[in-house]
Amino acid sequence: MDALFLNQLFNGASLASLYLLAALGLALSFGLMRVINMAHGEMLMLGGYLAWMTLLVVPGALGIILAIPVAFVGAAAMGGLIQSTLIRRLSARPLDTLLATWGVSLILQQGARDLFGAVGVEVRAPEWLTGSFVVFGVTLPSARLFIILIAALVLGGLALLLLKTRIGLLVRAVNQDRMMASASGIDVKRVDFTIFCLGSGVAGLAGVMLALLGPVTPNVGQSYIIPAFLVVVMGGLGSIVGTTASAIILGLFAALAQIFVDVSVAQMLLLVFVILFIQVRPQGVIAVKTRQLDA
Amino acid sequence: MPDLSRLDPLKPFLPWLLLALGLVAPFALSAYDLNLLARFMAMGILALGLVLIWGHGGILSLGQGVFFGLGGYAIALHMKLADLPSGEIPDFMVWSGRDSLPFWWTPFSSPAFTIAAILIVPTLVGALFSWAVFHRRVGGTYFALITQALALAFSTLIISRQDVTGGFNGLTDFYSVFGFGLASPGTGSGLYWVTLAVLCVAFVALRWLLASRFGILLRAARDGENRVRFLGYSPTPFKVVAFAIAAMLAGVGGALFTLHAGVVSPALIGVVPSIEMVVWVAIGGRYSLAGAIVGALLVNLARDAVSSAFPELWLYLMGALFIFVVTLLPRGLAGLVKRKAA
Repeated sequence: MDALFLNQLFNGASLASLYLLAALGLALSFGLMRVINMAHGEMLMLGGYLAWMTLLVVPGALGIILAIPVAFVGAAAMGGLIQSTLIRRLSARPLDTLLATWGVSLILQQGARDLFGAVGVEVRAPEWLTGSFVVFGVTLPSARLFIILIAALVLGGLALLLLKTRIGLLVRAVNQDRMMASASGIDVKRVDFTIFCLGSGVAGLAGVMLALLGPVTPNVGQSYIIPAFLVVVMGGLGSIVGTTASAIILGLFAALAQIFVDVSVAQMLLLVFVILFIQVRPQGVIAVKTRQLDA
Repeated sequence: MPDLSRLDPLKPFLPWLLLALGLVAPFALSAYDLNLLARFMAMGILALGLVLIWGHGGILSLGQGVFFGLGGYAIALHMKLADLPSGEIPDFMVWSGRDSLPFWWTPFSSPAFTIAAILIVPTLVGALFSWAVFHRRVGGTYFALITQALALAFSTLIISRQDVTGGFNGLTDFYSVFGFGLASPGTGSGLYWVTLAVLCVAFVALRWLLASRFGILLRAARDGENRVRFLGYSPTPFKVVAFAIAAMLAGVGGALFTLHAGVVSPALIGVVPSIEMVVWVAIGGRYSLAGAIVGALLVNLARDAVSSAFPELWLYLMGALFIFVVTLLPRGLAGLVKRKAA
């Protein structure tokens, strides 16, 4: 039981890392533009396929390291395309954005099915990622440790970007008060675009991580994106700390619930947990204080 | 009473035209086509509910399939039990190694209980669910995402409980309902008339509701929820009641659909079908009741025509439809007609 508990705790940490990588981009864009990109899950998928293609070209041990920037740039470019052609036009209508980007998601999924087949492709993890460590009787697969490490690095990098750079300053300004930021000469549309590309890129990177765990299929993103949406709902508007906390809570909850019930019931419990959480803190884990009435 | 013609540009003639077509159809169509039409009309009942909550309430639900499924499974449980010799259990349960009926199946052998369940269960689930979210003032995009999680959780749960729900294959092979054999042509057209009648009643009732004070407040809460609060109203009860009504219509639609289609399964009620239900209404016109019915009919007709021949093409088309309607035609076909008329 103890070993099972510790094992699930570890699985929860790696699940939380995936939720976080998938949710960061959603949360950042939602904080800025109040829109959710339903095709965000397909950025994960795209990242996975890009990793697979990179490994076809560079089969060596370092292929997976090279796949990370490739997936990041590829997904960021796709995200930028979606933002500039579709989401920007709909920015005043968040619910319509949901529907339009769902359309994009359907097209991308079917596109992947036609290009790569419905069965999915396997990314063979390099040898240094296939082993595992045994600590206190708990097996820790290296691939999952790698995922946690990457998530921590991405989070650290994002924190530095937001707190220490000029871009980060602009992002925080638009996040706090879009109209005042615009009035003081910030090009808010460019900030939106930059953050959207960045968030999509992070999702593409998450796709590389998914490829280490299982086959990349056309709907691989779908199984992670709905929990990631719940992370955004629970995280609180425009707060990276809140999103991180909420990803960790939900990741651990989902993994630990699986000690007692099967996956499908755990999914239902996850939703019930979020709804109960809203009863206590409707503003999310961390709410950025604002005097605006309609945040 | 306020003039609704502004909100419902097709109001003067389209409903009558639709009704006339509905009345003529049984005499003009083959039994197969009539069955298809009846299925689409059952979906139209669900679409009416979406006009209420989405068009007039600003509440986007990506989980209407859940309520559709609750109604559909309720009638399916009844029909499964009705066809059984007493003391036996459905065949899929035997294959899964069960030897007795789960307790919550038993009351569905009563027709009265089944009809009550179809009406009450989705309504109650819808009311409780939406109240839990709305009373904490969570709405908009958050609510849409939560409803999608609900659709995922519900369909996954059904798939995983194969021994009591029929799992991925759902429930099928029905022979009779309330004593009428489903194979006889009389039952088919009888069910068609029932569906048409329910659709008409739902249409008239919703038109009345949307024109009433309730409708005005619902639209007010859509356009400025905080302003409604400042005027001394709590928007929550209005939104919850609207959502519950939409859930009930979805449940009734689901039950009728199951009767016509002869099957209910997770593939009809999960995440993807749930969001497709929204596109019926988006295409028909989210503010227009008649438009929503037309949308449900047209999209499903197109789906039937395209997806049997080119299943891959349908998903591209569906995706393109979502993007096209939302960006270029936010009022749907109903808006198009209005523009031409003006």
